[in-house]
Amino acid sequence: MAEYVLDFEKDIVVLEAQIAKMKEKEGADDNEAIAREIAGMEKRLDKIRAEVYANLSGWQKVQVSRHPDRPYTLDYIEHIFTDFIELHGDRLGFDDKAIVGGWAKLDGQPVMLIGHQKGKNTKTRQYRNFGMANPEGYRKALRLMKMAEKFDRPVITMIDTPGAYPGLEAEERGQGEAIARNLREMAVLKVPIVCVVIGEGASGGALGIGVGDRVLMMENTWYSVISPESCSSILWRNWDNKEIAAEALNLTADKMLANGLIDGIIKEPLGGAHADHEKTYKLVKAELKRHIKELKDIEPDQLVMLRIDKFSHMGHFQEG
Amino acid sequence: MKWFKRVKEGILTSTQEKKEIPDGLWWQCPSCKEKVTSKELQANLGVCPKCGHHDRIGSQEYFELLFDDGQFQELNANMSSADPLHFIDTKAYPDRLVAAQKSTKLRDAVRTAQGKIGGHGAVVACMDFDFIGGSMGSVVGEKISRGIDCAIKNRLGMIIISKSGGARMMEAAFSLMQMAKTSAKLALLAEAKLPYISVLTDPTTGGVTASYAMLGDVNLAEPNALIGFAGPRVIKETIKKDLPAGFQRSEFLLEHGLVDVIVERAALKPTISNLLCMMKVTKKKKREAKEETAQA
Ligand SMILES: [Zn+2]
Repeated sequence: MAEYVLDFEKDIVVLEAQIAKMKEKEGADDNEAIAREIAGMEKRLDKIRAEVYANLSGWQKVQVSRHPDRPYTLDYIEHIFTDFIELHGDRLGFDDKAIVGGWAKLDGQPVMLIGHQKGKNTKTRQYRNFGMANPEGYRKALRLMKMAEKFDRPVITMIDTPGAYPGLEAEERGQGEAIARNLREMAVLKVPIVCVVIGEGASGGALGIGVGDRVLMMENTWYSVISPESCSSILWRNWDNKEIAAEALNLTADKMLANGLIDGIIKEPLGGAHADHEKTYKLVKAELKRHIKELKDIEPDQLVMLRIDKFSHMGHFQEG
Repeated sequence: MKWFKRVKEGILTSTQEKKEIPDGLWWQCPSCKEKVTSKELQANLGVCPKCGHHDRIGSQEYFELLFDDGQFQELNANMSSADPLHFIDTKAYPDRLVAAQKSTKLRDAVRTAQGKIGGHGAVVACMDFDFIGGSMGSVVGEKISRGIDCAIKNRLGMIIISKSGGARMMEAAFSLMQMAKTSAKLALLAEAKLPYISVLTDPTTGGVTASYAMLGDVNLAEPNALIGFAGPRVIKETIKKDLPAGFQRSEFLLEHGLVDVIVERAALKPTISNLLCMMKVTKKKKREAKEETAQA
């Protein structure tokens, strides 16, 4: 059985385990009856998955977005791109492990890749600081974006962070300044920028690499100004209202799109990105290629104008 | 603390409209605990005459402090928040807005105005902490953005006085995107070679720090203001240690290279005026900026 089980995925995981067992048996016996039984079980599995995933609440999508079996930035890089050369350091004394980046090719086309990176086990989670970047992560990201601009290559960013790191040294070294500078510089970067929320998109820590011509969210991710848990603790003064907070924040991909705050949604395979990595990579790759193709012939000045115009129109207010 | 009568939107105001504070009202300094009369405090710009503690003051007080003869034209004064997400926590967001408007006599957490500072044309955006903790929602983002547009159009200096607990949660991602929006506008201001002076006052935290507050050509701070990205409570919970004395205060930020100058409130106007003079666009720079605009 999988190590990490979401409460609403219990039936799925149990059935998956049964199928795996049957397959072992099938391998040993080579029995047609067993093969038929497996086919039936797989059909049932798809049906349960479809049912569960058709009705995920905001909070459940937050849980899916945090599933440790989802692909992380380096997984996408490995399986979608070729010739990746990771580039390290902010040239100011640090190399943040929570943000990775470097040159790579997307079907032969050079691009600059930048993304938050989480770890897969206790040791690497700590090494990656749980995907919470320090100022030097944002400064490294900006250095790489400027390099992409210099060589006229598109930038792809992958967002997956529970927030910028709220630490003492992070404050000393200007966490706010580092994020703010990225927002300003990304707004006027003269090459196409495509951003994808691949997991968690928490607040300024996400936006710090999230100002793009296309901002996309994968189907089961979230993006907002605060996590539902923190929102609950601040507005309700307890941790028990996270489900309500998740709904109130409208933080899912469909709601963010409906509110005009993102440009598109990347579908995930049935049962979420963690259920089928290969299919996920295919879906993400196709979308990245499509958007970069759409953007690559726009004149740089026009591109910048359109980008600023897009963000300038975000907001709801009344006059008079 | 309200010393002055709030003025109606969009009309010129002057120092003559200051509300007279009755004699016999006292104010106790939260820092040195000394008592002074409210009149004395007002005359001293909200700074404790005994210990120099800078008490919070509002947009009206800053406008009157900065603009020549207290004369200014308020911009987009009629803008107020909508409730795009129909947000309800323990209270419905529209009810919170109405309550805040009633208690502060303000429309939202920022006011913007155009006028002259020491003879130099400028747009000033000033946040009001009394309005839902100076939180940044769509109105704050939009008014600041339009203020920057106005500065670019009329070739004026831009000054933003920050005073905010951060993002307005009730506007969720709409609030978050105001960071991108205002920062993008500041990029255009920079390309137009116009000066931006950021004034950080107590407190400036969260999304405001991670956007326009930190992006000044020059960052000024009032003494001992709390300035940071993460709040001290969150940091303490994260590192599970007590924070050093003076952490995230103006003087700490100066030591760490994040603030240019710490300025007493009384010196704010001459300092800004002096800076606007030095950062004035010369003819050559103006020509370059024009050529760039023409190319775009
Ligand atoms: Zn005092």
